[in-house]
This record gives sequence, C-alpha cells and structure tokens, in this order.
Amino acid sequence: MSDLSRRKLITTGLSATAGALGLGVAARIAQRYGLVPPDHGGIYGLGETLTYASQRLLTRHSLAREFPRSQISKPPFANEIPPLNEPFKRLQAGGFADWQLSVNGMVARPASFSLDQLKSYPPRSQITQLQCEEGWSYIAEWIGVPLSHILQLVEVHPQARYVVYFSIDPDWWESIDMADALHPQTFLAYGMNGDELPVGNGGPLRLRLPRQLGYKSVKYITHLTVTDSLKGFGKGLGSASPEGGYAWYAGI
Amino acid sequence: MSDVRATWYHSRVGDSACVPSAASAVPTTTVISRHSALVRITHWITTLCFFALLISGVEIVISHPRFYWGETGNDLTPPLFKLPIPASRALVPTGYGYVLPDQNGWSRYLHFQSAWVVVLTGLLYVIFGLFTGHLRKDLLPGKNDLSWQAFSTTLAGHLRFERPSEAEAWSYNVLQRLTYMFVIFVLFPLVIWTGLAMSPAFVSAVPATVTVLGGQQSARTIHFFVSLSLLLFLLVHVVMVCLAGFRRRMRAMITGRAATPMEHT
Repeated sequence: MSDLSRRKLITTGLSATAGALGLGVAARIAQRYGLVPPDHGGIYGLGETLTYASQRLLTRHSLAREFPRSQISKPPFANEIPPLNEPFKRLQAGGFADWQLSVNGMVARPASFSLDQLKSYPPRSQITQLQCEEGWSYIAEWIGVPLSHILQLVEVHPQARYVVYFSIDPDWWESIDMADALHPQTFLAYGMNGDELPVGNGGPLRLRLPRQLGYKSVKYITHLTVTDSLKGFGKGLGSASPEGGYAWYAGI
Repeated sequence: MSDVRATWYHSRVGDSACVPSAASAVPTTTVISRHSALVRITHWITTLCFFALLISGVEIVISHPRFYWGETGNDLTPPLFKLPIPASRALVPTGYGYVLPDQNGWSRYLHFQSAWVVVLTGLLYVIFGLFTGHLRKDLLPGKNDLSWQAFSTTLAGHLRFERPSEAEAWSYNVLQRLTYMFVIFVLFPLVIWTGLAMSPAFVSAVPATVTVLGGQQSARTIHFFVSLSLLLFLLVHVVMVCLAGFRRRMRAMITGRAATPMEHT
C-alpha cells in the first residue's frame, strides 16, 4: 500500500514537473518565434495566444482568396466613419495634394511619400473580400502599392518585428507583425474598383489587409513606424483595438 | 481479458455494493458506477463552454442580426432573413429607434477562448472514448437496437411520455444513442467547420473550407442554424433529465454513481 502510494506520488510529481517544464519551454519557443500576441495578458490571453500561434504556423505565406471581377459587390458598401477632423478637411480641400505618408523607426532611410509618389510605383490590384467583425462583408477591387515595396525602399532593419500604422484620426492606430507587413496582399490602397478610393472607404490612403478582419484595415493612413517591440506604443497592447476591448490579432 | 479491460470492468461493476435496508420488504438500492471520471469532467467543461459560446454568440449576432447566402452580404444587399431584434450598430436597418450597447469586444475574446477549450476537450473525449470503448459500448447503437421494432417501441414510449425503465438508469436507449452520436459527430464538427470558414486567415490556408459551403455568408448562416440545433438539443436534454429524475441523473453525472431501487427476490 505505502509502496503504491509512494509510486503514485513520484509519478504524479514527475509528470507535474514535466508538465510545468513543458509549458515553460513551449512559452519560450513561442516567444522566440513570434507566436505570442501583444495582448496575451489577462483572462483571454490563452485563447488569443492559441489562435495567433496556430494561425501564424498555418498561414505565414498563404494568400487570401481573390475573386473574379463579376463578384465585386454592387453597389459598393461604405461603413460608418468617425467624424473627420480639421487636418483631414484641410487636406481634402486641397484635393489631398499635400497628403503625406511618413515612415520611420527601425529603417535605414526614414522617408515621407506624397500620394503622387506612391502612385508612381508599379500599381498592384487585388479583388478581395472585406469582412467586418460584425458579420457583414463586401468584395471590391483594391488598387495600391504593396506595403513590402515601401518597406524595401526605406530599408527595414533585420531585427524589425512589427509595423505600427497611424490614421490621421489620433485615436486610430494598429500594428501587424512582419509576416503580415511583408505579405504580397498587404497594400497601401489608394484606389477602388478602377477609381480613386472614396473617403467613405478610407480614401485617400488606407491599409488593406485581406487576411484579417476589417478593423485592421485602418483608413486615412499618414504614418508608419517600424519597431522590434510594441511596449512603447499606447498601453503596450499592440494597437488601439485591445485598448478598446478588441483582439489585436484579427485573423480569427 | 486484458489488463485494461479488467480495470474497465472493475470500474463499472466492481464497486457495486448492496446497501442493507431496514426491512427486507422495501426495495434496496444498488449503486452502479454510471459515468467514468473523464466523461463527467468533459461533460461539465463542455457545459460551461456551451453557455459561454451561446451568450457571446448572441452578443455578436446582435451587432448584425441579418443573414445572407453566398459570398457577401451587407446593409445594402437583401438579406435571406433578419432577426426581429434591435442591433448594437446604428447603421443596421432594424426598424427600431434605438441602438444597443456594443458588447462585441469581450464577446469575441470569450467566444474564441471557449471554442478552443471545447474543441480540445472534445478531442480528449473522442480519443478517450475510442480507446476505452466508451463510444462503442455506450453510444453506438447495438445490433438489436437498430431493428425497426426496437426503434419504434422506444419512440412510442417517448411519445406516450412513459417514465424511463430502470435499465435506462445505467444504459442509453437507441434514441439517446443516435442523438448523442449525431451531436458529437455531426453538429459539433459542423459548428467548428462553419466557424473556421468565417476566419479570413484560416480560409487563406484552406480555401475549400468555405468554397464548398458556397461562400463566407453561407457559412455564417449555417453556423447560426447549427447553433440553434445545439440549443434545441440542450433544451430537450435538460427536459429529459428532469423527466427521468433530475436528482438521480445529476448525481450520476457529478459523482459517477447511479442508484437504482431493486426488488429483493
């Protein structure tokens, strides 16, 4: 009897230690390979980490579905937008001629781009779906320059891990990891359905990220910064979304 | 009999004990091991997750209580149907003059966390069920069960609201077996599949998940109906537990023991 309980005690102790060590090692590996989202703290951290880690392993290079032109949603849908601020209205009055996208952070050559400059690079287009976390969706043709092209021009440092992007609306900023930032379908979009990008859909410049929900595709982009840590931005949760109670990673 | 089988057999019958009664004329109680620990633990984790998924799912639907078929759908496209409820977003044309508060943030966090827990729990249950023979012995209908006569007898009994026989306190009848198999191997996989089909990242890796369903909005609509079916199952399940004897059935699923009164012969 005492033999049995001793054996039981030893096996239980050993498996508990192995389990704890295993979890510790798993956490270390996950951290090292960038599988832990910045909003991993709190009671929902487990689910968020499992989702982000498994999807990063599964979808690092996969492409969002693209559709034939006949499937473009008619009429085009534009969601509610927050009231546009004074700086936006001033630029809008000037036909967005003075709109600038500044890029800095962990780059060799910080730079600023006008819309005309962005349009001078070889344009790319994709017909993809925009899916809102609320449940609705639409398909449109998005025209722009791949974010990777801009990141190449400014020469991103190899230790960079995230790109943080800011709207002209100071409450609206997001960030993505390098797998998404360098993804061929991640665009700085300035056109839609063969035309200029309407203000209602984020014009003159919007980030387009078809592998994540709509709220990551921030409208009215004016600034990008490249970083190896999200700790210094806002509350350190990665973007404005987790500060408002929404997940940082929105691939679901 | 292998060691595993022997242990299993003992756990089922070995701890049965006759409780002596005061007078031999009154029925004595035989305590039978009804549900194994793993079945009980996974049952209650699933119950918790189900409620979390249900509440958060309702909150998420409230932000856009319109359903579509095909690839896309929004406020400008005609819905397949809409729920007659107000929405938590101002742009949705619901016919109500007010907008409910936005609860999607925590609802989405909770929905996906519970989904992870219930999927991992379900995997554990199925693997355990295959290895121990629980699925084969307790849930797969037997050869005799599947005869039309056995089936109609059980069904007729249910329709006449007959109280379950004593045998049913320690084994499932054919209707229960078929229902549980349907929930475990049809409804749960379907709700997980249609859930994944709504993930833009997941379908980028496995596009067939959504294309065979006819589009992302179709997946959302099917997800809604499968969830309704699971809710219907839950309601019938709870009603049947109450009819069969709430305390005894609850005790069986909590402590693992079923007590059946038996006549002395």
